[in-house]
Amino acid sequence: MEDLLEILREINPDVDYETCDRLVEDGHITSMQIVMLVGEINQEFGVAIPADKILPEYFNSAKSLYALIQELEEE
Amino acid sequence: MLLVSYAFLSFFALLAVVYYLIPGRYQWLLLLGASLLFYLSGGWKTIVFILVTIFTTWLLALKLGKLHKGTKAYIKEHGLGREEKKAYRAARKKVAWRFLLLGLWIDVGILAVLKYTNFAVDNINGFLHFMGSGESLSPVDWLLPLGISYYTFQSVGYLIDVYRGKYEPEKDLGRFALFVSFFPQLIQGPISRFDEMKEQFKASHAFDSRQVAFGLQRMLWGYFKKLIVADRLVHAVAAVSQDTDTYRGIFVLVGMLCYTVQIYADFSGGIDIVIGIAQVFGICLPENFHRPYFSKTVGEYWRRWHMSLMTWLREYIFYPASVCGPVTKLTRWNKKYLGEAIGRRTPVYAASLLVWAVTGIWHGATWGFVIWGMINCFVLLAASELAPWQRRFHEKHPKIKDQTFFKIFQIGRTLLLLSMIQTLEYYKTVPRMFGMLGSILTEWSLAPFFNGGLLTLGLDGWDWLLAALGTILMLMVSLIQRKGSVRARIAAQPWAVRFLLWSGLFVTVLIFGAYGQGFDASQFIYNQF
Repeated sequence: MEDLLEILREINPDVDYETCDRLVEDGHITSMQIVMLVGEINQEFGVAIPADKILPEYFNSAKSLYALIQELEEE
Repeated sequence: MLLVSYAFLSFFALLAVVYYLIPGRYQWLLLLGASLLFYLSGGWKTIVFILVTIFTTWLLALKLGKLHKGTKAYIKEHGLGREEKKAYRAARKKVAWRFLLLGLWIDVGILAVLKYTNFAVDNINGFLHFMGSGESLSPVDWLLPLGISYYTFQSVGYLIDVYRGKYEPEKDLGRFALFVSFFPQLIQGPISRFDEMKEQFKASHAFDSRQVAFGLQRMLWGYFKKLIVADRLVHAVAAVSQDTDTYRGIFVLVGMLCYTVQIYADFSGGIDIVIGIAQVFGICLPENFHRPYFSKTVGEYWRRWHMSLMTWLREYIFYPASVCGPVTKLTRWNKKYLGEAIGRRTPVYAASLLVWAVTGIWHGATWGFVIWGMINCFVLLAASELAPWQRRFHEKHPKIKDQTFFKIFQIGRTLLLLSMIQTLEYYKTVPRMFGMLGSILTEWSLAPFFNGGLLTLGLDGWDWLLAALGTILMLMVSLIQRKGSVRARIAAQPWAVRFLLWSGLFVTVLIFGAYGQGFDASQFIYNQF
C-alpha cells in the first residue's frame, strides 16, 4: 500500500489519500493522470490494468485501487 | 418533428396524457411507438439504418452474453486450475472479440459511410488536384439519419459493456429498441448507458405530480434559454462570422462572447428540454452539463461540458487506446531508446491525440473540426506539462490559491481561452481565426457601442436587452445551483410565489421568444452532430 501511496503522491501531492474516496469524481486525479498511474502501477507492481477496469469505482480511492491491484495479481 | 414546434408540443402533450391513462406495463410500448413515430416524422427513408443498428447490436450482444455465460459455466463445471482457467478465458475472449469487432464494424461503418463519405471525397479530390489530375469524384447526396451519431455511440457503448461482462444483454428486442431510439434523447443526447436506463424502461410509472411539474419546469427553462437567449444571439454570431471585412476589431470580441453564451444556451437549453420531457414520463436521464463556464481549467471544463459524450470517449476510446498493444509497445520502445520521461508520457499523448481527433471529427466532417480538436488537445497536454510549475508557484505562495480574486481569474482565463478556441467553429480556418482575433487588438475601438454599430448585427436594442437579461438570469440560476436544485427551492416557496415565477417565465417565453420574421428554431446547434 505504501508504494501505491508514494506513486499517488507523486502524481498529486495535495490530496489526503488515506481518507479521500472521490479522487476521480472530485477531479483530484484527471484521466491523463489515471493513464500515467496505470503505467506506474504496471512498472512497480508488474500488473497490467485492463481498459475495462479503468473505472471511477476502482480509482476513486487508494484503498479500492490497491484492492484492484491485489485482485489482478491473484488472477 | 422539432422540439421547438407546436407539432412536437401537441404530440408530447397527447402522449403524456395517454401514458398515464394506460396500464403501467404498456407504458414502455407506448414510448417505443412514439419514438418510432417521432423518427418517421423526420423522414421514413433513413429508418432502415437505425433498424439495422438496433437489430445487429441486439443480436451480437446476445451472442456475447451467451459466450460469457458459457465460459463461467465451463470453468465451474470442470474445476480448472489457475493457469488453465486463464488460458480458457483468453481463448473465449478471442472469440468474443470477433463478435464485438463485427458489431463495431456494422455500427461505426454505417456512421462512417453516411456521415464521412463526402469528407473522404473532398480529400481525394484535393489530392487529385494536387497531383495535377483533371479527374474528380462527385460528392454523394445521402440523407443523414436523425441522431445517427448519438444512437451509434449509445449502441457501441452497450455492445462494449456486454463484451466486458458489465451487465447481461437485453433479451427483449423491443426494450432494446426503446433504449436506442428513445425519442427525447435521439436528437442531441445525452448519451445514456443501458444499465442506467434498463430498469426505468421496465418499471411502470404512476403519475407523480411533483415529477411531472419538475419535468415541465425544466422544459420551460430550456425553452427560455433557447428562445430568449440562443436564438437571438445566433443573428449576431452569423453576421460577425459571415462579413469578416466589416465586422473586425471589437465586433470580433462581441461575436466571440455572443457565441460562447449562444452555444451554451442552445445546447444546455436543448438538454434541459430533453431531460424535462423524460422526467414527465418518470424517466431520469443523465445530466450533460455541470455549470461548465465556472471551470478553473480547460480540463475541468471538458469534464463538465457534454459530460455524457466525454465520459463515453474516455471509457471507450481514451483508456482502451492508452493500454492497447501498439501503444504499450511504443511506450516500451520510447522508454528504452528515448528515456523514461518520454516513455511515461507516450500513452497519455497517443490516447489524447486519438480521442481529440475523434472528438473533432464527431463534431463535424471537416479538417477545421479536427484542428479544433487538436488545439484542445494541445491546451490540455500543455496544462498537464505545466502542472508541476504551477504546483511550485502555489507552494511558494500558498495563500493565493484560496483567494476569491484568484479563483475569478482562473475562471475568466479558462472562459476566454475556450471562447477563443470556439471561434474556429464559425471562422472555419486557423489563419482566419487568428487574423480575426488579432484584429481585436490591432483595430480596437469602442465606437460600435455608441454609433449604433451593434444594431447592424441583426438585433435591435430590445433584442440586446432581452439577450443580456436572459444571460444574467442564466448566470444567477447557475450561481444558485451551487447550493442545490433551483426547482426544489422554488417548490418550497408559497403557492403565490411559485405561480408568479413559473407563469412569469412561461409568458416571457411566449411573448419574447425569438419567433420573428426570418427566425428559424429548426436547428439546435448540436442536432447537426
